[in-house]
Amino acid sequence: MPDPSFEALLAAREVVVFCGSGGVGKTSIAAASAVTAAARLGGKVLVLTIDPARRLADALGLEAVGNVATRVPLDDNVVPGGPPRGELHAAMLDTKRSWDELVLRHAPDEATAYRILDNRLYHNLTSRFVQSHDYIAMERLYELHARGEYDLIVVDTPPTRNAIDFLEAPARMSEFFGGRLLRWLTMPYRVSGGRGARMINVASRPFYNLADRVLGSQFLQDIAEFFLNFQSMYGGFVERARAVEALLHDRRTTFAVVTTLEGAPLREAESFCAELRARDFHLGALVLNKTLPDYLLSPDGDRVAARLSSESDDVAAALSSLGGALADQPRTARVLRTLGDSFRDYEVVARREAELRAELARLPDVVARVPTFDTDVSDVAGLARVGECLFGHEEPPPPVP
Amino acid sequence: MGPAPGLLDRRLLFFTGKGGVGKSTVTAAAALLAAQRGKRVLLVEVDAKGNLTALFEHPPVGFEPREIHPGVWAMQMDTEASLREYLRVQARVPVIGRIGPLARAFDFVANAAPGVKEILTVGKVVWELREALQGRAPWDLIVVDAAATGHVVSQLDAPRAIQELVQVGPIRDQTEWMVDLLADPALTALNVVTAPEEMPVNETIELVARARAELRVPLGTVIVNRVLPELFTRTDEEAFDALRAPEASAQLARITGPGSTAVLDAARLAVSLRRSRSPYLARLRDEVDLDLILVPYLFVRDHGLRVTRMVAEALGDEIG
Repeated sequence: MPDPSFEALLAAREVVVFCGSGGVGKTSIAAASAVTAAARLGGKVLVLTIDPARRLADALGLEAVGNVATRVPLDDNVVPGGPPRGELHAAMLDTKRSWDELVLRHAPDEATAYRILDNRLYHNLTSRFVQSHDYIAMERLYELHARGEYDLIVVDTPPTRNAIDFLEAPARMSEFFGGRLLRWLTMPYRVSGGRGARMINVASRPFYNLADRVLGSQFLQDIAEFFLNFQSMYGGFVERARAVEALLHDRRTTFAVVTTLEGAPLREAESFCAELRARDFHLGALVLNKTLPDYLLSPDGDRVAARLSSESDDVAAALSSLGGALADQPRTARVLRTLGDSFRDYEVVARREAELRAELARLPDVVARVPTFDTDVSDVAGLARVGECLFGHEEPPPPVP
Repeated sequence: MGPAPGLLDRRLLFFTGKGGVGKSTVTAAAALLAAQRGKRVLLVEVDAKGNLTALFEHPPVGFEPREIHPGVWAMQMDTEASLREYLRVQARVPVIGRIGPLARAFDFVANAAPGVKEILTVGKVVWELREALQGRAPWDLIVVDAAATGHVVSQLDAPRAIQELVQVGPIRDQTEWMVDLLADPALTALNVVTAPEEMPVNETIELVARARAELRVPLGTVIVNRVLPELFTRTDEEAFDALRAPEASAQLARITGPGSTAVLDAARLAVSLRRSRSPYLARLRDEVDLDLILVPYLFVRDHGLRVTRMVAEALGDEIG
């Protein structure tokens, strides 16, 4: 039986892909994992983030956008029990530059490459074509992994409308370039060299008639010409997309799904876990982020809260002998009532979280829980604190006085 | 110039927001509130997630509007259905049944060409507005659960983008009245749903700036969802601090029995959670010169119509 801990999972893998719906704290969890992995497991650890919050980017020293990895200094006491054993590096994905590099690499010659890069449809295609962000993130991961410079690469995934999109992106890319549809669409232009009368075959005529009528033929011709150029990259692109897909399926790669214990994100996380399994990806861990502390579920707390809500005057009277700020009985009573009411408010939410947690079916081996922090994570030390919770070295911290 | 129209005084409301802030809930609540005030509302779900109607305890609906709650009709955007309707009604190209083998080709071009999917989405919505203005559709108000902050500008800018790309043809003519209706501040507004947290606030500030620079759609209101309550006034907080001193908390434990520590800890957590979020609220107030509506965090177990009602009530209280 392998050690079912987050630490063991990260120690055994070379690539960890974090995914989850928007707003669950995926980027911070990925960064925290990388910090603690670098400190505790050693080796060279890279965190590849997509769109970090300003403070997180600052914390990781990611001032400049661009695909360059920078080393993040770790303090000697970043984790308890000795100085960090490894190095932390961080990089931020630059979608546009990554696409440009890809085109320059795969185009048959420079002239074609620049015809593509200068096309007015190119920017739109790369920024909006189905899953182009997802694809480029995975392609970038492949590139970094292939270099062999890092012992562990931790990846944040782009916020997608549908979390499984990026898993299918490589396959869709190769389907797109190898597709009959693309050949079919560009055929009239290939036959006539993109100029003069279009030789439209019977099968595609209805489409062209419709498209001409709605969009105008010049526009359609622009699209087709662009795709003709783009198609020249077919061989390199497809080979690459297959390699990217192979890496995601590789035994050295694992996925961690991040969620909060709220209805919608949790449902999405569960369906995402199921999709990963169905597609034969390795689902390594589920991270429950920003959970409320267990003391909110304590029966004693509930009983005291109920009493403070209903008998605040009596309790305030009994405390007034302490004098000072507590001499003002009406004020103390008001505060005690608020204490009771607020506890019971948060208790409702904590109970809902506990119910949702209990309903979770088919969990991965590792389920890590990270408590809600009363302050935002804004530096490497804060990330290490989150990472310690993930690694199970720290109990959820009590509120800071 | 008179005061800016209030949230529900226009005819077409788009709601955007970062994932996870409760955009759909607020959108549904706005529709519900308008219906409660006697309006006939068309609620449009743009992303094919199909869970907007669940906020009314109603099963998913299709492209045809269905009344899912008294006064609220809902429809699910479907770009292929929208294209078919457009071709039939406006381009007068009869398309019988499905577009069939052309659907895949359409899908392909729609994904690659700028704005095709967006124009079919926005086009349908603005078409319904025009029908309503001309008395051919019953809607007093159209409420759209639009794309998230990252995509909404390209979605709403689609008619103009198409105008620039397509120089002639029927599509170009269609886009002109669309652009006019979308730009009319008496009719249309783009509202942003956010939460008092770092990323949602950053995205809101960026979106408002971008929308001003690039979009002719007027901005409406910023709705700040999940605002945690302030537990104590400054003077009450003195008493709270006194209670947490060792002697007082020991005395409290003697009076109430075990459990008082958990109650004090919980209040401390509530105070610091609220406090850690208030700078973001302050930043919104400083940097966004739009009306802010605050919706309190709801300490409830369930979702569905009950929560939609509570949010609608909170919106109603703020709008007055």
